[in-house]
Amino acid sequence: MAQITRDEVAHVARLARLLLTDEELDTFTGQLAKVLDHARDVEALDVADVPPTAHPYPLVNVVRPDEEQPCLDREAVLAGAPATEDGQLRVPPVLGEAP
Amino acid sequence: MTAPTQSALDIAADVRAGRRAAAAVVDEHLDAIEARDDEIHAFNLVLADEARQAALAIDRRVAAGEDPGPLAGVPVALKDNLCTAGVPTTCSSRILEGWRPPYDATVVEKLADAGAIVVGKTNLDEFAMGSSTENSAFGPTRNPHDTSKVPGGSSGGSAAAVAAGFAALALGSDTGGSIRQPAALCGVVGMKPTYGRVSRYGLVAFASSLDQIGPLSRTVADAAALYQVIAGHDPRDATSIPEPVQDVRAGLVEGVAGLRVGVVTELCEAEGIQPDVMARVRQAIDALEEAGAKVDEVSVPAVVYGLTAYYLINPAEASSNLARYDGVRFGLRVDAPTTGEMYDRTRTAGFGAEVERRIMLGTYALSAGYYDAFYGKAQRVRTLIIRDLEAAYERFDVLVGPTAPSTAFPFGAKTADPLTMYLNDVCTIPSNLSGQPAISVPFGTGDDGLPVGVQVMAPALGEAAMFRAAAAVEAGAPERGDA
Repeated sequence: MAQITRDEVAHVARLARLLLTDEELDTFTGQLAKVLDHARDVEALDVADVPPTAHPYPLVNVVRPDEEQPCLDREAVLAGAPATEDGQLRVPPVLGEAP
Repeated sequence: MTAPTQSALDIAADVRAGRRAAAAVVDEHLDAIEARDDEIHAFNLVLADEARQAALAIDRRVAAGEDPGPLAGVPVALKDNLCTAGVPTTCSSRILEGWRPPYDATVVEKLADAGAIVVGKTNLDEFAMGSSTENSAFGPTRNPHDTSKVPGGSSGGSAAAVAAGFAALALGSDTGGSIRQPAALCGVVGMKPTYGRVSRYGLVAFASSLDQIGPLSRTVADAAALYQVIAGHDPRDATSIPEPVQDVRAGLVEGVAGLRVGVVTELCEAEGIQPDVMARVRQAIDALEEAGAKVDEVSVPAVVYGLTAYYLINPAEASSNLARYDGVRFGLRVDAPTTGEMYDRTRTAGFGAEVERRIMLGTYALSAGYYDAFYGKAQRVRTLIIRDLEAAYERFDVLVGPTAPSTAFPFGAKTADPLTMYLNDVCTIPSNLSGQPAISVPFGTGDDGLPVGVQVMAPALGEAAMFRAAAAVEAGAPERGDA
């Protein structure tokens, strides 16, 4: 498995919506490469026939009846929002100069 | 002044019987906080007025002949990633600085019903990512036993609060050892329940398949009492176990005659385990044997892959869970001409370095072309670990080993290389991956005079056997002073 490159880290940072300075890019590239290097110790393991575990306790299809139930108070929720207008969340324009 | 040392059970008994006023108990603990938390920084927020009000309400109930609850008057500290309605919950991150949740976590509601009194929100590594509380955006917490040393993490504030006598009980969260490791380093009891046994509703999510809330306390009996209050099915948490909760408290005095105890070879021989820590673990094992347990070595081979699997799974899940912090609905917003730029600037300004590191690691491990090689593989390795642990539990009732490889280390000792910090979790991680319960019990000190914790692990829903063994370890522990 190839080591993670500076370009890959830059790409991942964009995906994760994080702005990194050049210095941070270098530092993080080195650090991430070291952590991923450790993934080598499982690389050789043949686990093709082993089912993945997403979840340690066997619960399936946890549902409730489709009936209206009380939920969070809108005022209380919006009170924690950075900007609101007419009971809605206000954000900057979605379309603009693309980053 | 000396900090309060009364156990939670003794406090509750006194308050319920009218022998002590909850108001006096709370004042005693608030005094201890006032005297020493400037130095320790266990708390992000102390709730003195609220605690006093709650104490008066408890005392009124006692006077009126009403049942004030099993933990009446007991001061409790809450890790600051547990939602408390109307009270700032920061996860020790700038991105949630000042944010007040619109609801209480289920465990917070249960504590109130039990009559416990919240004295404050404790410091943690940002978003629970870390093993020393050095990653807090609001400054580290100091170990009450030696303030030049870390308290461990991520629930460092909760562990320090109990160790310093600021609270008789605390709640923390444990994703890779974040309750047990700081408990070990601070000389207190810390326990992680079976995954799904305690509702995660209101716990700010870090890694959803690993996170669990659990108790920190001075005694095993106190931890069992708090566990009994917070455990149980919650329809608001879809990962909550439906089975009723067994009462673990009666079994505490049963002793361990005939209990089959396995000593996990790979954990005792893991990288970096201090010899003096291992010596205490051996002493604890001897104590169990003297108390009648059947002790033997057991190999759990796949456990050696635990760290690798964990450091692929936890960042992947974290990267997904932390995508919600974008400046839109809550928390920090850094204004910008477009939403995209707002997301970028908000997250960059709001997250610390370790959080950014894990988000990027997780994003990478989940990205196209790498998903199978990293996250997919880690999930299969997780199955191997579960299988090997289950095999061990066919021959043994509980497994024992060290909680943490070392005693409390100095600030800055492990921050240069993230990997060095990650190694702190090597003994605790397997129980998070398997979703099985585990507890750290203080057992003497290392050569440096700092606390050592011994870990008891049990199969899923095996809390009763785990607590029984833990009580026996505690009974066999050498004398220890308070912080």
